[in-house]
Amino acid sequence: MEEKITGSEILIRALADNGVDCVFGYPGGQIMPVYDKIYENEQGVFHYLARHEQGAIHAAEGYARATGRTGVVITTSGPGAMNLLTGLADALMDSTPIVAISGQVGSAMLGKDAFQESDVISSVLPVTKWALQVRRPEDIAPALSRAFYIANSGRPGPVVIDLARDAQVGTAVYEKQTIPFIRSYNSNPEPEKEAIEEAARLINDSKRPLVLAGHGIMISGAEKVLADLVEKGELPVGTTMLGLSSIPSDHPQYVGMLGMHGNLGPNINTNHADVILAVGMRFDDRVTGDIKKYAPNAKIIHIDIDESEFDKMIKCDIHLHSDARKTLEYLLPLIERKSRKDWRASFDVHRLVEEEQVMARELACEAPNGKMLMGGVVRKVCEAFGNDAVIVTDVGQNQMFAVKYSKFNKSRSLISSGGLGTMGFGLPAAIGAKIGEPNREVVLFCGDGGLQMTIEELGMIMEYGVGVKIVLLNNNFLGNVRQWQHLFFKSRYSSTPMVNPDFKMLAAAYGIKGADVACAAELDAAIEEMRKCEGAYLLNVNIDETDMVFPMTPGGNGVDEILLNESEYYKPV
Amino acid sequence: MEEQLFTIAVFTENRVSLLHQISMIFSRRCLNIESLTVSACSIEGVHKFTITCRSNRPMMEHVIKQIEKRIDVIKAFLYTDDEILFQEVALYKVPTDNVVNMNIEEIVRKHGARVLEIHPDYTVFEKTGHTHEIKELYDHLKPFGIRQFVRSGRVAVTRSSRELVDEFLEQRSKCILD
Repeated sequence: MEEKITGSEILIRALADNGVDCVFGYPGGQIMPVYDKIYENEQGVFHYLARHEQGAIHAAEGYARATGRTGVVITTSGPGAMNLLTGLADALMDSTPIVAISGQVGSAMLGKDAFQESDVISSVLPVTKWALQVRRPEDIAPALSRAFYIANSGRPGPVVIDLARDAQVGTAVYEKQTIPFIRSYNSNPEPEKEAIEEAARLINDSKRPLVLAGHGIMISGAEKVLADLVEKGELPVGTTMLGLSSIPSDHPQYVGMLGMHGNLGPNINTNHADVILAVGMRFDDRVTGDIKKYAPNAKIIHIDIDESEFDKMIKCDIHLHSDARKTLEYLLPLIERKSRKDWRASFDVHRLVEEEQVMARELACEAPNGKMLMGGVVRKVCEAFGNDAVIVTDVGQNQMFAVKYSKFNKSRSLISSGGLGTMGFGLPAAIGAKIGEPNREVVLFCGDGGLQMTIEELGMIMEYGVGVKIVLLNNNFLGNVRQWQHLFFKSRYSSTPMVNPDFKMLAAAYGIKGADVACAAELDAAIEEMRKCEGAYLLNVNIDETDMVFPMTPGGNGVDEILLNESEYYKPV
Repeated sequence: MEEQLFTIAVFTENRVSLLHQISMIFSRRCLNIESLTVSACSIEGVHKFTITCRSNRPMMEHVIKQIEKRIDVIKAFLYTDDEILFQEVALYKVPTDNVVNMNIEEIVRKHGARVLEIHPDYTVFEKTGHTHEIKELYDHLKPFGIRQFVRSGRVAVTRSSRELVDEFLEQRSKCILD
């Protein structure tokens, strides 16, 4: 019989056997036996010490989103586990594979208000795909195997393993687990053949088809078949925010981003399309606007691996319940080669209006008061990195300008908190992304508000030399709320102006180089300096606080009722 | 939209936290569960939740999908009353002195109830039936002073000839062999 080892050692060996080479975490009382094994580091699982558990889980999310591999977080019980909640909710919304392991008090003390005890499972169930408390060492390996399988199959999501102290210190024989079969969970459903054929017939008969590509394209690895499909049928394709970079920005069939702050072309033409093929996206309310006015002329085909998404927001005509790549591969041979040049050209009419009436001003980069405009800064930074960088954003105006003015050559190049809209996501997510993809440049665009929510993670950059380029679009305001206050609350700027620290000095305190950019004339040289810098860098850019994100579809409007500026609706000719 | 009473049957693995996982789907949407019965079912290791809830059909269909999305849920079904056979059980505890002058046999016969226990202090009747039948007996006994009354949640079986959970599990067990 094999030797018995402690549950803590089983955990580390099982992590290694599940392909984990790094974890993000923060130690504490009820996870110390596990950290004692991390100290030995015999299994090659490297631990990155965050400065806050929320930073740890966002870093794991950034790692997972950049690589497609499962991000792992380890925390202690009570406050450690509770600090994961925001990240878990974020990962659930954005289909991000996470395995979070929280220490827990000994099972004899459970439910007795022990020091640093909290009811982790009950707390995390609404924000996880699955959660389990483990009390016996022999249950650790099967639980972990199941956790990794659930987290990164089907529609990925976060999983929590709550590890009672007994399980960590007790002993058992470790046996490597194979990926389990879970009878109640079908992670790889097959689409119905008849539905595929019907979908192909609809697309082939369509004069004005529109493909809506979501995050599912990248999760399933469907980038190539998506490109093949839209080229073969000359199908225009727009993406959701999380679908950005699933097709290159300069692809001839790419027509822009959907949604509240998306591009005019795909939003306007959503309501002219006769067939919509929605792939791995969930008709988020930011994408659809008023659902009663959404796509009135279209038959809608919805491909999703999550059956609960069907008809949740928008009633669809065909449901294809399967992985995006597999389904598109079935569809591709059935799609007829067709020319749809007039339809494709109709998007360019809207694009030209947007370029002239919205983007030109932003790209000029300079506001009348000498400060800079976010769109132009984003474009210059992206181009400096050859449009090849992984773009990470925080949440707010910085995010909207980053996603609208960046261009993407490669897949998995946009990491942003979409569904939950978590301020403070950006910095730790960028760190995790750079750790996961050390050979790619990682550029974070953030605002002064969001950066300060998790600014303690500059410590992770310092400790591990993570070469993240931080572009702080600093307007000394909570800009997005300010924009809404300006438009809808009579410019009453309640709690949105910010008195800020000297960010360059703050970065310097962490040994991070940086520069303040006061005006547009200094910008190009400063970006070049940042680009040449080997390690991390913080560019503190002086942004005009009156800068606003347009086009904009205010809440309650239809997808084609779009503001070009604060007073003028777009009226297509 | 028209509201009506729906019966939801959920088949799950026998694990801790399933009740929480199911109930949170209702509470998130501010849906009130009218009744809930949970027990092991005829399939070994499988538990059955029978839930009644008053709402509209689109909401209930949405809820069913959200319940099925939970990893350890095997299947969930939505029924209206015409699709199922259903019953509740009720117990009525009445002071024996107050019923001693009544014809107990008549009560039992008329309401299809039975006497569970006759004690010098109290008598307990048991009745199985639909909600309104249980209410009728309650109203009948009320003048005699009901000391305790309790009614179970609904239990239900389908009127279908097919057993969809068995079929599903059989189909899934074939997948493991592939």
